[in-house]
Amino acid sequence: MKVIFWFLVFPGFLFSSIIGLLLTWVDRKVTARIQWRVGPPWFQPFADFSKLLSKETLIPINASRFLFLMAPILSIIAITAVGTMLFTMNFYPGISFLGDLIVLIYLLTLPPLATIIGASASKNPLAAVGASREMTLYFGYELPFITAVIITIIKTGGMIRIGDIITYQHIHGPILYSVSGIIAMIVALLSMQAKLGYVPFDIAEAEQELMAGVYTEYSGFALALFKLTKAMMLFLLPCFLITIFWGGFVTWWAILKLLLLVVLIILIKNTNPRLRVDQALKFFWVGLMPLAIIGIILAFFRL
Amino acid sequence: MKDFRIWGLKKSPWIFHVAAASCNNCDIEILAALTPRFDVERFGIVLVGSPRHADALLVTGVINRKTLPRVIQVYQQTPKPCLVIGVGTCSCSKHMFEDSYNVVGPYDKHIPVDVYIPGCPPKPEAIILGVVKALQKL
Repeated sequence: MKVIFWFLVFPGFLFSSIIGLLLTWVDRKVTARIQWRVGPPWFQPFADFSKLLSKETLIPINASRFLFLMAPILSIIAITAVGTMLFTMNFYPGISFLGDLIVLIYLLTLPPLATIIGASASKNPLAAVGASREMTLYFGYELPFITAVIITIIKTGGMIRIGDIITYQHIHGPILYSVSGIIAMIVALLSMQAKLGYVPFDIAEAEQELMAGVYTEYSGFALALFKLTKAMMLFLLPCFLITIFWGGFVTWWAILKLLLLVVLIILIKNTNPRLRVDQALKFFWVGLMPLAIIGIILAFFRL
Repeated sequence: MKDFRIWGLKKSPWIFHVAAASCNNCDIEILAALTPRFDVERFGIVLVGSPRHADALLVTGVINRKTLPRVIQVYQQTPKPCLVIGVGTCSCSKHMFEDSYNVVGPYDKHIPVDVYIPGCPPKPEAIILGVVKALQKL
């Protein structure tokens, strides 16, 4: 009963979706202020969501019906599980189990995978191009992201329980306050930008070339679920980074850290042009991957 | 519940721009209406790239035999409830192409149009007013 409450209401679905939608508003408002506009009112993401729920859901004739409708549900379940695990382990470090860090990394890879499945199932040429780009990008950012997480594992002496990592950071100070910690944070932040699909890496959704990219054929309820997944990712990925690198949600300062990371993502989004997919892959493998390896070497020397 | 649905539709109309063989003038004015100067995102209006995401179709241009099937297809691809807003004098009538062999008449012969915005081209303020009037019809 308690687990169902966790999953559906407090740290899980309801809580993280509401906070995620509010952070989407922060994103749109900051973007508007940067462009010297006024921006939408605070309830705008909620209005968008309720509108999408009330519209009809069209399924293309050629599409694989089951996969097309399953993909958004898969992604929303995966991201809800991430939220539930992340916050219950922050609040009660005792219930953490061995290897839950690895489970979280796997669950975080599911939403992009679900978009690839849904886009391929929709049989739309633009969505197919978007899916192939998303897949290429996915190979690009996943390797530096995992390497950055490995830096934490090395520095804590092989801990793969999130509860242990939080307790370690509580005693020895956050991982971020060291050279390898800063490198890990930079690498993870830029990988996260690609995971969210924000501007230097919004290659899969490129509005100017691919209309709406992977989401081209989605409408109504299914599109609402995808939008909600993105909003929750905007909330939960910075939370994941704070948990792993920056001390976890032990004090109220964590809310300030969260806002700082989100605004940093938005500023990167608003001050950069979009990269081509080969440039993005080169950025991750030639640019960020050596940096991450240097971080690992420094972490071995306890720097 | 019904009020809530209509509130959602009124507060976030996503717009898809159907340029059906117009002379580009209305298209430029639509783009001008979307610039930071007018800031239509205050009202939740966003330009989307796919008709599947759209709530309102802005149709421009005088409709002819080539573009008619495309416009009808885009209208069918849009999830209902959706609004159709005719921008420019061409969408209201046949304008100066009255006697042309290729023109198949104004839009409302083929798809239901909610609001007409006359003008050649209409000003961005007029376009925003037209969208607001279309939303009041809901």
